[in-house]
Amino acid sequence: VENVRLLDRLSSRKAALGTLYLTATHVIFVENGSEARKETWVLHSQISSIEKQATTATGCPLLIRCKNFQVIQLVIPQERDCHDVYISLIRLARPVKYEELYCFSFNPKLDKEEREQGWKLVDLTEEYNRMGVPNNYWQISDVNRDYGVCDSYPTEVYVPKSATAHIIVGSSKFRSRRRFPALSYYCKDNNASICRSSQPLSGFSARCLEDEQMLQAIRKANPGSDFLYVVDTRPKLNAMANRAAGKGYENEDNYSNIKFQFIGIENIHVMRNSLQKMLEVCELKSPSMSDFLWGLENSGWLKHIKAIMDAGIFIAKAVAEEGVSVLVHCSDGWDRTAQVCSVASLLLDPYYRTMKGFMVLIEKDWVSFGHKFNHRYGNLDGDPKEISPVIDQFIECVWQLMEQFPCAFEFNERFLIHIQHHIYSCQFGNFLCNSQKERRELKIQERTYSLWAHLWKNRADYLNPLYRPDHSQTQGTLRPQMAPCNFLYKFWSGMYNRFEKGLHPRQSVTDYLMAVKEETQQLEEELEVLRERLTNLQKSQLNDNKVKSKRQDRSKELGLSTSNNSLANTPQEYSNDLKSFPSRSPSQGDEEDSALILTQDNLKSSDPDLSANSDQESGVEDLSCRSPSGGGCLPSEDSGKDSDEAVFLAV
Amino acid sequence: MEFAELIKTPRADNVALHRPFYPAVEGTLCLTGHHLIFSSRRQDNAEELWLLHSNIDSIEKRFVGSLGTIIIKCKDLRIIQLDIPGMEECLNIASSIEALSTLDSVTLMYPFFYRPMFEIVEDGWRSFLPDQEFELLSSVTDEWRLSCINKEFSVCPSYPPVVIVPKSIDDEALRKVAMFRHGSRFPVLSYYHKKNGMVMMRSSQPLTGTNGRRCKEDEKLINATLRPGKRGYIIDTRSLNIAQQARAKGGGFEQEAHYPQWRRIHKCIERFNILQESLIKLVEACNDQSHNMDRWLSKLEASNWLTHIKEILTAACLAAQCIDREGASVLVHGTEGTDSTLQVTSLAQIILDPRCRTIRGFESLVVREWLQAGHPFQQRCAQSAYSNSKQKWEAPVFLLFLDCVWQILRQFPCSFEFNEQFLIMLFEHAYASQFGTFLGNNENERFKLKLPQKTMSLWSWVNRSEELSKFQNPLFEANSLVIWPSVAPQSLQLWEGVFLRWNRPSKFLDEAQEEMISIIRYNKELQAKVNALRRQLAEMETDERMQENL
Repeated sequence: VENVRLLDRLSSRKAALGTLYLTATHVIFVENGSEARKETWVLHSQISSIEKQATTATGCPLLIRCKNFQVIQLVIPQERDCHDVYISLIRLARPVKYEELYCFSFNPKLDKEEREQGWKLVDLTEEYNRMGVPNNYWQISDVNRDYGVCDSYPTEVYVPKSATAHIIVGSSKFRSRRRFPALSYYCKDNNASICRSSQPLSGFSARCLEDEQMLQAIRKANPGSDFLYVVDTRPKLNAMANRAAGKGYENEDNYSNIKFQFIGIENIHVMRNSLQKMLEVCELKSPSMSDFLWGLENSGWLKHIKAIMDAGIFIAKAVAEEGVSVLVHCSDGWDRTAQVCSVASLLLDPYYRTMKGFMVLIEKDWVSFGHKFNHRYGNLDGDPKEISPVIDQFIECVWQLMEQFPCAFEFNERFLIHIQHHIYSCQFGNFLCNSQKERRELKIQERTYSLWAHLWKNRADYLNPLYRPDHSQTQGTLRPQMAPCNFLYKFWSGMYNRFEKGLHPRQSVTDYLMAVKEETQQLEEELEVLRERLTNLQKSQLNDNKVKSKRQDRSKELGLSTSNNSLANTPQEYSNDLKSFPSRSPSQGDEEDSALILTQDNLKSSDPDLSANSDQESGVEDLSCRSPSGGGCLPSEDSGKDSDEAVFLAV
Repeated sequence: MEFAELIKTPRADNVALHRPFYPAVEGTLCLTGHHLIFSSRRQDNAEELWLLHSNIDSIEKRFVGSLGTIIIKCKDLRIIQLDIPGMEECLNIASSIEALSTLDSVTLMYPFFYRPMFEIVEDGWRSFLPDQEFELLSSVTDEWRLSCINKEFSVCPSYPPVVIVPKSIDDEALRKVAMFRHGSRFPVLSYYHKKNGMVMMRSSQPLTGTNGRRCKEDEKLINATLRPGKRGYIIDTRSLNIAQQARAKGGGFEQEAHYPQWRRIHKCIERFNILQESLIKLVEACNDQSHNMDRWLSKLEASNWLTHIKEILTAACLAAQCIDREGASVLVHGTEGTDSTLQVTSLAQIILDPRCRTIRGFESLVVREWLQAGHPFQQRCAQSAYSNSKQKWEAPVFLLFLDCVWQILRQFPCSFEFNEQFLIMLFEHAYASQFGTFLGNNENERFKLKLPQKTMSLWSWVNRSEELSKFQNPLFEANSLVIWPSVAPQSLQLWEGVFLRWNRPSKFLDEAQEEMISIIRYNKELQAKVNALRRQLAEMETDERMQENL
């Protein structure tokens, strides 16, 4: 469709005219005219809703909301075209078969071996070994070999050594969807562990001997402690209501030596509505401070984040400080339980705060334990009531922790945002389906690629420059402030307003430091080379040196020419290197921004090549600023942007 | 008056000091004329706390048996608690602190007694003189002149002795204009935008009154700042409604009919008691110890503090935009032209002028646009968020300005030579200081108090390399561009460094800061090493070549 206008949400003045293409996998908008073809690509799987609004004089507006929080407003001149696009998108955005998803057609040009290698990057058997199991207390059980006991569990499950197959099967029959207690995290230092399950089918009075034995076995696997925490992550009221349906929670009297604890995290429906409300706030055209804060509070989002964090902190504390094992469950044990177990693991074990460890963590607590990715993130057309931002909340918890512990994580914010993006994108096979069983049936590993390998390949982009393996924040358990900590939880504009670049800090400290570190590394290498050359030279000079003392006088006489020589071959080489740093320029966050700046600054001149020139300029200027002799001025450009002007002028 | 008269119990032993995030410490409390000094008696880890009496905003006392407790709330928002055994001692100490922290005579304040322990390299009182500023200006334009019309503070009591005005307007005309402006604050130059020659002027409201009085000289003066055929903008920091109401009291605004070349824009920025109330509510919310997430956000919202930040920044961005983008000159005023006007003109300069983003430049900005421009620091900063005595002149106008600067700094973390600590330091010294810089309400009062002779300037202390190093931003790279901050609610944040400074653990954030500094320092060291080696190598290579040639 031609002559479509892409509106900028913040400023109605800045609409781009272009052509809209629909392909099998993407919606593509290509801007007309500009030299550097500006394109907007949206995967069909990212589309969460499409809204056709009332036709106006200028055309028919179409609003596309994406799961990665991008909002695209298009105006299509012809009503008929708009309708066609609308109908096609509705169909395309809701595939009914897995085979329709992008990952089955996505080909990153890797051969079979590389693909297999990619899937091997994260290996859970290795991970449990790293934790220290199997050992004297824990073993792998093959009871779920063919998903015979629980179809949403993995085949390899770690259980206490004293839990026999009989106990496991018996316990599984007493648990929702047969999700029996299994090991999530084991703490080598004190034998305390985190186990997870679903709710017991206790109703008002039912008991199950095997289930009681199972919990006892878990407690006994931690000989240092004489009791076990059972954490129900639901609000007490919800748990009680479940009893009427023959489900419920553990009765402390029936289980020996357990301490039962409710931690009120709301269910997926509450969370879905909360996100919806928060996104409405994010979408407000030009909200006042009160609109925004009031709306944010009203959404309850941060309150929910805090509830999840509090649960994680409670468990981490029990394990690390009290040395007590914890069994966590909610209703089915695949949403809140996954959130809480992974937050606790992250707090407890520095390994999960590394890039690789974080992949392992998601694979362990989310993918393998049957978090229903397909239902929650609506990859295939399904029940909208099943959709809920469960893992989004976990990812946000990590971000909140990163804000509080800036040196503790090996990865940066971008890493989290990209993972969130790909949970919805279906470009990689990792998060397809609802369980390991389904994935195996679909032969995901043979037919699609792994996200982890993709992220690992580009890991340089995801590094936190402040991370140092030997830093105190990267050791041991993280202990977030408990009280008063309300203000510690902040709105994450980097995620929820991630496509409104104008709202974010215009200069990124992370990018700046990463560039500095990269330069540092080059300097280190150069230093090495120079030292070597120096030693060689000194050797050779020692060999045939005659007039040692005169050297310095001479070089002084020839100062000019020598310095010229040395300068001639180095700085240029630098500027080339520097040019390859995408984010070096001081006032320009990224390419898109600088493009924006340029369109602004060169309003008067119509030289289309200016963009290229100026990019170089800023690179070079940067160098001069950094180099000790520098002091050159940047060309007088402004990092201005339209959107704000519109705001200021609204009198 | 002898301070000793006020101190009935100069010293108390076995006092326990409680602060958030620190274990309680036992030690000795001493009172002097200007300080409350607490020193722990532990030999291994002796700790001393020196608190200026003038930093104390309010004190509360409580008794449990004979153990008295004094809770001291400071202007820098810190709260400490002292447990003092003995009811009489405690009462004595409390009343002394109360008396000493509310001395009504300026000349009894600490700056008049303070003797610096550092070597004075540069007298801060002479660091930023109007003549130097004018010299810079005359190097780019000759359309302005330095007028000494206010030499004896005779024309405008709140203006400095010399001001910059259009060359074409003589002192006689200025006198007439002064009569037409509130508090005689006639339009003067605030900023000259080198890039396009546009200017920002500031003044107070015109005294048009209900019958629409006009003043030809006033019109001529501000028209003199326009290029032929160009229009300018008048930014009134009051809402149209309030500006209209002001006419009843003899004030008002520029009528279109008399100022046809000017377009007036009203941008409402709140005044005194509303701002003060906002600060009190905000600090209350920040000190709230409850665990309820909802209450925090609604309290933050109810304080309206961030709303004020947004309003002020928006007005400043608008002024900057008129100058830089519309290529128009701007006149800014509210009512008196001593508060919101200065917030707007100084923030606009930070946006427009890279010089104001350096340490020296920012100091100069504070001196020009706040101290010399007659912001009544003494009235506004007499009390802070905990004060019980509600005087109507108190308002966190300067703190709001610093907060806005911090917001811009947060959005452009590499464009400022100074760091957050620098801004916090200025906040502290504006409210309580050993230096005389922020004493008095204007240059006139400072002159009468003989501050330059009798007290030390803050700048004499700050601008020494030992101190400067604490305030330097390691990420700074000169950025000569205009920087446009975002004023969307998502982009504005609570300034934790000030408002949560005493209620949040900062260890991990401090560590991050250190890490950042060490990364950059290491990079610089390497750079120096590489450069040195390169030079050495080059020298040796030439040497060798020379020898080969020989």
